[in-house]
Amino acid sequence: MDSKLFPEGVQRCSFGKFLIWTAVILGFFTWGLYAAVLVLYNGIGTTGLDNYFGFGAWITFDLAVIALGAGAFFTGLLKYILKIKQLEKIINLTVVVGFICYSGAMLVLTLDIGQPGRAWFGYWHPNVHSMLTEVIFCITCYCTVLIIEFVPLVLEQKQLNKIPFIHALAHNMHVNMALFAGIGAFLSTFHQGSLGGMYGVLIGRPFAFREGFFIWPWTFFLFVLSAVGSGPVFTVLVATFMEKLTGKKLVDFKTKALMGKIAGTMLCVYMFFKILDTWAWATGYLPSVGLTFDDMFYGLVYGKWLMFSEIVLCGVVPAIMLIVPAIRNRPGLLYTAAILDCIGVSLNRYIFTVQTIAFPAMPFDSWQVYVPNWVEYASSIMIIAYGFLVLSLVYRYLPLFPQERELN
Amino acid sequence: MQTKEFKIKWGMVIDIDKCTGCGACMVGCQVENNIAPMTKKDPYNYVQALTKDRDDASNKLKTLTWMTVYELSNGQAFPEHETAYLPRPCMQCGNPACVPVCPVIATDKNEEGGIVSQIYPRCIGCRYCMAACPYHARYFNWWDPLWPEGMDKGLSPAVSVRPRGVVEKCNFCHSRYLDAKDKARMDGEDPMNLADGAYNTACADICPTKAITFGDLNNPEHAVHDLAKSPHAFRLLEKLGLAPQVYYMSEREWVRKQGDNYNAGGGGH
Ligand code: SF4
Ligand code: SF4
Repeated sequence: MDSKLFPEGVQRCSFGKFLIWTAVILGFFTWGLYAAVLVLYNGIGTTGLDNYFGFGAWITFDLAVIALGAGAFFTGLLKYILKIKQLEKIINLTVVVGFICYSGAMLVLTLDIGQPGRAWFGYWHPNVHSMLTEVIFCITCYCTVLIIEFVPLVLEQKQLNKIPFIHALAHNMHVNMALFAGIGAFLSTFHQGSLGGMYGVLIGRPFAFREGFFIWPWTFFLFVLSAVGSGPVFTVLVATFMEKLTGKKLVDFKTKALMGKIAGTMLCVYMFFKILDTWAWATGYLPSVGLTFDDMFYGLVYGKWLMFSEIVLCGVVPAIMLIVPAIRNRPGLLYTAAILDCIGVSLNRYIFTVQTIAFPAMPFDSWQVYVPNWVEYASSIMIIAYGFLVLSLVYRYLPLFPQERELN
Repeated sequence: MQTKEFKIKWGMVIDIDKCTGCGACMVGCQVENNIAPMTKKDPYNYVQALTKDRDDASNKLKTLTWMTVYELSNGQAFPEHETAYLPRPCMQCGNPACVPVCPVIATDKNEEGGIVSQIYPRCIGCRYCMAACPYHARYFNWWDPLWPEGMDKGLSPAVSVRPRGVVEKCNFCHSRYLDAKDKARMDGEDPMNLADGAYNTACADICPTKAITFGDLNNPEHAVHDLAKSPHAFRLLEKLGLAPQVYYMSEREWVRKQGDNYNAGGGGH
């Protein structure tokens, strides 16, 4: 029925099937939307957050998707600035995934702040000392860059592209894409870093506080590295997931392995510094304020296992797997490493958000356990549903995978 | 990161050995500063289908209490067991954790007296300052403030009522400072050199055991000036370097240790 709109020379499922698929997604989306409306109408009191946990599931979700969305800027940098040609087979997808992650994070942020109507105050009364100001600036600018990178893909839609003006516009945008990739890489590096810096500057929170370099605490650099060490493989996972769903080959394995190699290299660098940082924190900073490494952990929910899973099982292990060609070149193992890697970076964001705050800085205070409630889950699921929806539409109507025709 | 110093430095010295944990300071603060009590039902929420029951006062993690009294224990078994009470207002830190993180400068430490201010109409409610403050001195307005019928008539006209979605905290009853300065001007005195007691906070005023003393830490004529230097005085989490303007004192060593040194003598958790 809508086959005239499909990209050149590819097959898509029937319109009816597509409608059912979309309806299921919309079901989840509506559930989340209901939660979001509840939050906006009643206030954030409806969530599981409280005076102890001002930051919780939403911030973790934001930080995690932004890290995973880092594939966009980093791949863009490699493709356009360093001219790694092979990456053009997956670059469209990284842009779309990045766009979904960033716009989704921004949607969650509007729920998360108590006064959404004042969100623009960040530009109007910026505090240049606040890492969050940097995040607000970079994240919105970078989201704009992502939109600019996304537009040519939309313009290449088969029917649209028949219009000469649009054809020329798309072409010109492509020619100048290196510029945007450069701006994007710059902006994204900065706010990935600021997100880490946000925690590193918390002088009252010994779990997260770090000394640093110039105005940036170490966590600034660690967050950048961990994002570029996981973003690329997240895109690989998305591509593979889409292949499983559609039953088609979309990206050749060579490109996926290359993405794995890139992420793996960055992950190795990250792990090296992360382990050094953790060591210095445990043996240098903590004793200096009268604390021990053991003080930082509590029970099962805030146990050491979290940190060790993050660093060893979901850090060192995938780093080795991705860096060794013999392992990386086996699809099953590549995907396993990618999954571990993505879990690792999400765990890191969770620990930095929740454990940092849960630690009772005042000695007579006690550890508190944070449990998000359904409102927070549902609104986060809404964002995931939104991502599914955008990806489904893009896949169906836009030339997302340049290799699709030859691979099938 | 340097401690901000001003000519006048309003501060508090709280004698833990005198505090009985009665909670009068909490009530005094609540009344003085128009802090809404928690009520479960919101009759003004018009789309009832979308209206959720709110937390009531039993949920201590969502109530607003600028001043909170903590119970301390020496961790020993009876008969060696001892308790102490520690009232905790905002410490008005000299090097506040909350100020540099705020993206919109809704909170600042820049005025004479070194009180950390909070500008409600500017706060966007990101709660970054709450994440930063280790003393849990900041409170978020989870729900629209609501006063049971009749109680709204007792609101103080000097203090603004905060809307939902912003962060608030103790400001050493700042409106009382303004009043004291006005009075000094009218009496032909120097508002920048108030006599001891001319400006006092509600909690210090109401404390039945006089455990809380308030004044200018820099002014030798104010009682707090010497009290803060007493050998039994200490500040909470001194090692983290936030330089609070609130001092505590206790003759009991275990209390002082719990104030700053986590690992001392197995106290705390
Ligand atoms: S006690 Fe907390 S809220 Fe008050 S000034 Fe210090 S860091 Fe800020
Ligand atoms: S909650 Fe308000 S005062 Fe606190 S950091 Fe955010 S904008 Fe600033």
